[in-house]
Amino acid sequence: MSHEIEIMSVIIAVLGGAIRVGTPFLFVSLGECLTEKSGRINLGLEANLIMGAMTGYGVAYMSDSAWLGVLAAGASGVALGLIHALLCQQDKVNDIAVGIALMILGTGLAFFLGKPFIQPQAPGLPAVELGGWSDSPVVRAALEINMLFIIGLVLAPVMAWFFKYSKWGLIVRTVGESRDAALSMGINVNQVRLYSTMFGGFLAGVGGSFLSLYYPGSWNEGLSSGQGLMAVALVIFARWNPMYCLYASLLFGGAAALGPALQSVGVTSGYYLFNAAPYILTLLIMIISSSSHRRLAGLPGELEGTRK
Amino acid sequence: MQKFMPAIMITIGAICVSLWLFGMFVTAAGAGAFEVFYTIYRAAFGSWFSWQNTLVRAAPLMLTALCTALPARMGLIVIGGEGAMVAGGVMAAITGIALNGMAPMIVISAMLITSAIAGGMWIAAVGALKYYRGVNETISSLLLNYIAIAIMSFLVIGVLRDPETLNKPSSSHIGEANMIGAIGESSIHWGLGIGLIVCLILWFVMRRTTFGFAADMAGGNLRAAQISGLNVGSMLLLVCFAGGAAAGIAGMIEIAAVHGRLNVSLNSGYGYAGILVAFLARHNPVAIIPVAILLGGIQASSGLLQRSHDLPDATALVLQGIIFVVILASETLYGKPILAWFRSARTYQLTSSERLN
Repeated sequence: MSHEIEIMSVIIAVLGGAIRVGTPFLFVSLGECLTEKSGRINLGLEANLIMGAMTGYGVAYMSDSAWLGVLAAGASGVALGLIHALLCQQDKVNDIAVGIALMILGTGLAFFLGKPFIQPQAPGLPAVELGGWSDSPVVRAALEINMLFIIGLVLAPVMAWFFKYSKWGLIVRTVGESRDAALSMGINVNQVRLYSTMFGGFLAGVGGSFLSLYYPGSWNEGLSSGQGLMAVALVIFARWNPMYCLYASLLFGGAAALGPALQSVGVTSGYYLFNAAPYILTLLIMIISSSSHRRLAGLPGELEGTRK
Repeated sequence: MQKFMPAIMITIGAICVSLWLFGMFVTAAGAGAFEVFYTIYRAAFGSWFSWQNTLVRAAPLMLTALCTALPARMGLIVIGGEGAMVAGGVMAAITGIALNGMAPMIVISAMLITSAIAGGMWIAAVGALKYYRGVNETISSLLLNYIAIAIMSFLVIGVLRDPETLNKPSSSHIGEANMIGAIGESSIHWGLGIGLIVCLILWFVMRRTTFGFAADMAGGNLRAAQISGLNVGSMLLLVCFAGGAAAGIAGMIEIAAVHGRLNVSLNSGYGYAGILVAFLARHNPVAIIPVAILLGGIQASSGLLQRSHDLPDATALVLQGIIFVVILASETLYGKPILAWFRSARTYQLTSSERLN
C-alpha cells in the first residue's frame, strides 16, 4: 500500500515539476521561437537565463519588489539580445558562434556581478494556490502555480496568433522565410531581426528571473545548467510553433523533475543518471525529429543553410 | 607568410580592443586597469614559476581546442570538448586502475589509447548524428557534455568509488608509478609534450596532406566535394573522431599527470575554454599552441586577481568572454578596405566564418 502512495507522490511531483521546472523552458523557447522565426539563431539564451536570474534577484533584493526584478531581468536580456543582433548583422559574423561567445561572456558577467547576492534573501514571486481542496501536502505543493507560468500560458497562444494573423507577425515570418523577398517589399530586414532578437532576449531574461525568484528560488552560480540551450533544441522539436513550445516545455519540465522526485522517496542509486534525463530526452527527440533528407515542417527558410 | 599577416594583425588588434574593454570594466568595478593588467602579466608570464603554472594549464587547452578546430574545418561547430575530455578521463582511470601493477610504459600507453578512443567515439557520434540524421551538432555536442558528466558522477559515486575517499568521492588511485612525470626539474608534466605533438601532427594532416585538403574542400563547398567523388560522410566521422580523441587525451593527461584519481575535478571547464582557443586560432592547429598558452596564462592569473585586487574569480571568465565576442566581431574586417594596404588581404578570402556557413 505504501508503495503505491510513493508511486503516486512521484507522479504528482513530476506533474507539479513539469509546471515549475518547465516555466523557464517556456519563456526561453518562446523567445527563441520569435528570434528564429525572424531568421536568426541565438544560442546565447543560456546567458540571458543566467543574467536574468542574477539581475532579477539583485534588483528584487535591492528594491524589495519581485516584479521590478522580473522587469530588470527582461531588460538585461534585451541588452544581450541587442549585442547579439548588432554583431550578427555585420557580414561574415556567424550567429551560432556569437551565441557561444555571449554564453561565456554572460555567464562571466553574471558570476562577477552576482557575487554580493549569493547570501541575502530577496522577495519571491507570488503563487496562486490551486490545491486548497486537497489535504495532501504533496498535491498542494504541486498545484502552487506561479504567476509567471500563467503569464507564459497566455503568451503562447498570443504569440501563435501574432505570427498567424497580425501584420507584424507576417513581416517577421517574411524576413525569416526569405531575406530577398523581404528586401524587395521594402522591409528593413536587420531592424526586424534586431527587434525580434531583443524581444526574444527579454523573454529569456524573464525566464531566468523565475529561476532565482521562484524555483529553486535563490541566486547561486549553479542555477542554470544548460536549460537555455535545451530550450533552443526544444524549439526545433516544437516545429517553430509557440503552442507546441508550451507542450514541449511541460514535457521537459517533467523529465527534469524526475530525478529530484525519485530522490525524495528514497531512490538515490541512479540519482545522477536520472538528472541526465532531460539531456538524454532532448538528444533523443532531436534524433527522432531531425532528418537529413527533407526540410522540417515550419523551419524558417533563412535557417535552411544552418540547420538542414 | 604574407598570407597570414592580415589574420595576425586583426587578431592582435581584436585582443587590444578586448583588453581596452576589459580595462574599462574593471575600472568600473573599482580596480585600477593597469594594475590588473600587470597582475595578469605577473601571474601568467612574470616568472619561471608562473610560466610553469601557465604551461600546465595550456596543455589540456591545446587538446580540447582541437576538438572544436578540426570539425570546424569541415563546417561543423562542435562544442563538446568538455564531454569528450570527461569520457577520455573516465576511460583512462578505468584502464589505469585495471592494469595497475603492470609495467608503467604499458599502462600509460594503454591509457592514452583507450582515452583517445573514448573521446573520439564521443565526438564521432556527434558527427554521425549530423551526417545521418541532420541533428544540429552544436546542440547535440553540448548535451553530450552534460551526459558525460552525469555518467562520470554516477560511476564515481557508485562502482568506481574508493570507500576511503569520504569528502570528495573518487575512484581508486591509478598508481604512483603510472603517473606521467615532470619535464626535468620543472613542475611542467609531459602532458605539454603530448599536447604539442598532437597539435603538430594534426596540423600536418590537415594542412599538408590530401586528406586535409579534401576536408577543407568539403567544408568550403559540400556539393563540389560530393560531385568530385569525395566520401564526405567518412571524412566527417574521421575528423570528428580525431578532434574528440585529442580532447580524450586531455582527460587522460588530467588524470595521469594531475589528479591520479577520477573525481569531479576532471570537469574543470578546459573544454569550454578550448572553444575560445580554437576560434582565436582560427581553427589552425599550429596557431592553437600560442593561443592556448595565452589563455592558460589568463586562467592562471585568476587566483592572484582575487587575492590582490579583491575581484571575483569570474573575472578571468569575463575577460575570456570579451575576447571571444570581439574576436568574432572582427571576422567582419577580413577583406574590408581598411586592410587595403595589405594586398594579400583580398586574396585571403576563404575565412573560417565563410566555411562555417
